[in-house]
Amino acid sequence: MKTLKDISVGGTCTVVKLHGEGPTKRRIMDMGITKGVEILVRKVAPLGDPMELNVRGYELSIRKADAEKIEVQ
Amino acid sequence: MSIKIALAGNPNSGKTTLFNAWTGSRQYVGNWPGVTVEKKEGKLKNHTDVTIQDLPGIYSLSPYTLEEVVSRTYLVNERPDAIMNIVDGTNIERNLYLTTQLMELGIPVVMAVNMMDLVRSNGDSIDINKLSKELGIPVLEISALKGMNLDKAADMAVEAAKSGKASPAPKILSGEAKTAVEAIMRDIEGKVDDKLLLWYGIKIFERDSKIVEHSAGAFTSADLADMEKYIEAAENACDDDSESIITNARYEYITGIVAGAVKKKGQKHELTISDKVDRIVTNRILGLPIFIGVMALIYALSMGGANGDFGSKIGIGTIATGWVNDVLFGELVPGWVDALLLNVLHVAEGGVVYGVIQDGIVAGVGAVLGFVPQILVMFFCLATLEDIGYMSRVAFVMDRLFRQFGLSGKSFIPVLVGVGCGVPGVMATRTIENNRDRRLTVMVTTFIPCGAKMPIIGLIAGAVFGGNSLIAVSAYVIGLASIILSGIILKKFKAFAGEPAPFVMELPAYHVPSAVNVLRATWERGSSFIKRAGSVIVLSTIVIWFLSSFGTINGKFGFLNDRWDASVEENPAIVTELSEKMHVDEAEVSSMDASLLAGISQKVSFIFAPQGFNQWRPTVATVTGLIAKENVVGTFGVLYNYSGDEDLAENGDQIWANVRRDYTNASAFAFMCFNLLCAPCFAAIGAIKREMNNQKWTWAAIGWMCGWAYVISTIAYRIGGLVTGEVPFGVGTVVAIAFIALIIYGLARKGYQPEGEIKNLTSVEALSAGK
Repeated sequence: MKTLKDISVGGTCTVVKLHGEGPTKRRIMDMGITKGVEILVRKVAPLGDPMELNVRGYELSIRKADAEKIEVQ
Repeated sequence: MSIKIALAGNPNSGKTTLFNAWTGSRQYVGNWPGVTVEKKEGKLKNHTDVTIQDLPGIYSLSPYTLEEVVSRTYLVNERPDAIMNIVDGTNIERNLYLTTQLMELGIPVVMAVNMMDLVRSNGDSIDINKLSKELGIPVLEISALKGMNLDKAADMAVEAAKSGKASPAPKILSGEAKTAVEAIMRDIEGKVDDKLLLWYGIKIFERDSKIVEHSAGAFTSADLADMEKYIEAAENACDDDSESIITNARYEYITGIVAGAVKKKGQKHELTISDKVDRIVTNRILGLPIFIGVMALIYALSMGGANGDFGSKIGIGTIATGWVNDVLFGELVPGWVDALLLNVLHVAEGGVVYGVIQDGIVAGVGAVLGFVPQILVMFFCLATLEDIGYMSRVAFVMDRLFRQFGLSGKSFIPVLVGVGCGVPGVMATRTIENNRDRRLTVMVTTFIPCGAKMPIIGLIAGAVFGGNSLIAVSAYVIGLASIILSGIILKKFKAFAGEPAPFVMELPAYHVPSAVNVLRATWERGSSFIKRAGSVIVLSTIVIWFLSSFGTINGKFGFLNDRWDASVEENPAIVTELSEKMHVDEAEVSSMDASLLAGISQKVSFIFAPQGFNQWRPTVATVTGLIAKENVVGTFGVLYNYSGDEDLAENGDQIWANVRRDYTNASAFAFMCFNLLCAPCFAAIGAIKREMNNQKWTWAAIGWMCGWAYVISTIAYRIGGLVTGEVPFGVGTVVAIAFIALIIYGLARKGYQPEGEIKNLTSVEALSAGK
C-alpha cells in the first residue's frame, strides 16, 4: 500500500482511502483531505517531521505518523 | 428589538479584523462558561440594539475540540438571530466546509467573502452572484483590512436577522446516506425543534459523541442504539464509516459549487509569494537559524541590555522598565504618595498607615508593574509574529524536538517567553489546543529562570562562588532539564497520558500585520497582567509587609519601625538578646529580626534542613521572593542590615562578605536551586490560576513545582556537598539517593496506557465538568 508518507518532496498524489478512525482522522478530513483530492508534498520540516502539504489551494502540515494512514496513488 | 448576530469563520479568515471594525471599543471580553476559551462580544457601531457574538475561529462543528463544542453549543442552545459567516476568498474550498455545517442549523446565514482584493491581485475571480444563487444565501465581497463593504455586510446581516428566514440546508446527501438520515429524521421527528431536525439527523448518523447531551433529554442512548441499523446499512453500502461519508459528501458538494463560481488563473499548487517566502523561512537548512535569530531579536528588544549585552542598543523594553523602576516607582510615585499622605491627609511619616501604603503597596505593586514595559514589548513582538503567520511555523519547526518528551511544537513558545517573564510565558500556553498539553506546559514553564531570578543567581554566584559564570549557565541547564524531566515524568500519569496531540495544522499565508490587531492584542494581554497586579499582589504584599513590620520588643507587641530606635535606647540588652535568639551578629541586628515573619521563619526553617539552609534568613527571603523573585536580594540586604550610603546593587555585592559566612558552596547552590524552581512569584501564580481555570489544577501545579524544587535542592546539597567534602555521608545522603532513584523510576516506568484511541483532540470533558 502506497501512503502519503512515501511521496517525496515536490511530488503529487491522489487520495484513495483514509485508514484509521477517531478524532485525528476526522480532523484530517475536516481540513480537506478526502477521497479523490490531489495533494502536493511541499516540504518537510528542518528536523524531518512534520511535512507540509498543499491541498485545496492552501498549506497544511501533518505528522508523518498520520500521513502513513492516508492511502494514495 | 435587540438582535444577536453570531460571527463565525475559520481561523485566519479575517474574523478578528472584521469584529474589531464592526464593534470598535465597545467590546466585552470574557470566558465561555467553564472553559478557558476566550469569549468576545460587542455592540455593532451605530446600532446599539445589535450585539455581535464573536465565535472562536473553527474549521468544523465536530465534537472533538473545545472551540468547536463551545461554538455549536452556543448556536444550538442560544439560537442567535443570524450567523455572519466570514470566508477567506483565497482559500474558499476549505472555508465553505464550515458554511455547509452552519447552514444546517435552521438559522439565517449570510456570507462575507473576505480578502477579495488578494483574490483579484492573484488574477483569480469569484462570481459572487453565482455563489449566492448556488448556496441560496446572501453573499457579499468584502475586505476587512481595507474596510471595503463592511457597513453593507452589517446591514445584510441585520436584515437577515429581521426576516428570520432560515437558510436552506445544502443538499449534500445522496444515495444510501440520504435514506439513512431521512429514516433517522422520521424517528426523532416531534422530539426535537423542527428547525434542527436535519442537524440532529446528520449528527446521529455521524454517531456524534455529544449529541445526547445537546438534545437535553429529547432522546437517550437507547434511542440511538435503535437507529444504529440505518447507519450500518449505509456504511456497508458505501464501505466507509458514517462520519467519513458525511465529510466526503460535504467536500463533493463544495467542489461542485467552486467549479462553477471560482476561476483560478494559475496552475494547481502554484507557488504564491507567501510560499516563496516560506521556502526560505522554513527551509531545511536555514529554518532553525532563522528561528533562533528571530527569537534572539525579540529577546533583545524586550529583555536585552540589562547587563550591557548584545541588546543594549535596542533593548527598549529594558530601558523603559529601568525608567519605571528607578524613576516612576523610585521617585515619582513615592513622591506623589508622600505628598498626598503627609500634606493632604496628614499621616505621620514612618507610622503604620504610611508604612503599609508606601513600603507595602507602592513598593510591592511597583516591583510588579516595573515589568510592564518589558512585557508589553514582548507581547507586541509575539502578536506581530502571530498576525504575520510565523507562530504556526515555529510549531512546525519545533514539533519534532518537543514530541520527544511528550509535548507538541506549540509548547516551545511559552518556555521561550518565560525566559523573559513567567507571566506572559504562562499566558502564551493559550495557543496549545490540547488541554492536557496546555496544563502540562503551564506546570513546567516557570522552571526556566526568568529575568527576575537573575539577581538571585548573581548574588549566589558573586557572594559564594567568586563570580563564576558557570553558576548562571548551570541555572539555565537545571531549568531546562527540569522542564524536560518533569514533562517525561508527568506525561506518564493518567491525567496527562495519551498520544501527543494530533498535529494537523494550517500554515496560513504570510501577510502584512494589521496595526489595529497587533496593538489590540498587545493591550488585551498587557492589561490583564496589570489587573492582576491590582488584586492578588496588593493583598499578598500587605500580608508580608505586616508580618515583617510587626513583632514583639521588650515584651510588647506592636509596629516595629516606630519603636525600634526608642526601645534600643531604653534597653540596649535587646540587641544582644535578639542576636543570640536569632543567631546573628550583633552588628547585623535590625528591627526585622524581632518581626513576626522572623519568628515564624525560625520555627519553620527546619523544613530546609535537607537542603542545608535551615536558617531563618534564607527562609524569609524565600517567602518574600513570592512577591517578586528579585526581592530575595533586597530581603538579604535588610536582614544583613545593609545601611551603606549607596543603594543596594541589583546583585547585592555590598553584602557578599556577610552572606558568604553563612553558607557553604553546597548550601548556597541548594538555596539557589530551590528559589529558581519553587512556586513562582504571585503574579505568575495568578497567571497559572487563570490559565488552569480550576482550583485543583492550580494547586497541583504549585505543589509539583515546590516538590520538585525540594527534591532537586536536596540532591544538590547532599550529593554536591559529598563531592566537595562539605557534607558528610549520612541519613540525608541516603534520602538524596532515594530521590534520585525516584526520579529515575519516574522516567523509566511504563506509565498509564490509555485504552484504544484518544477520544478527544482537546479534553472536551472540561466543558461538562465546568457546568
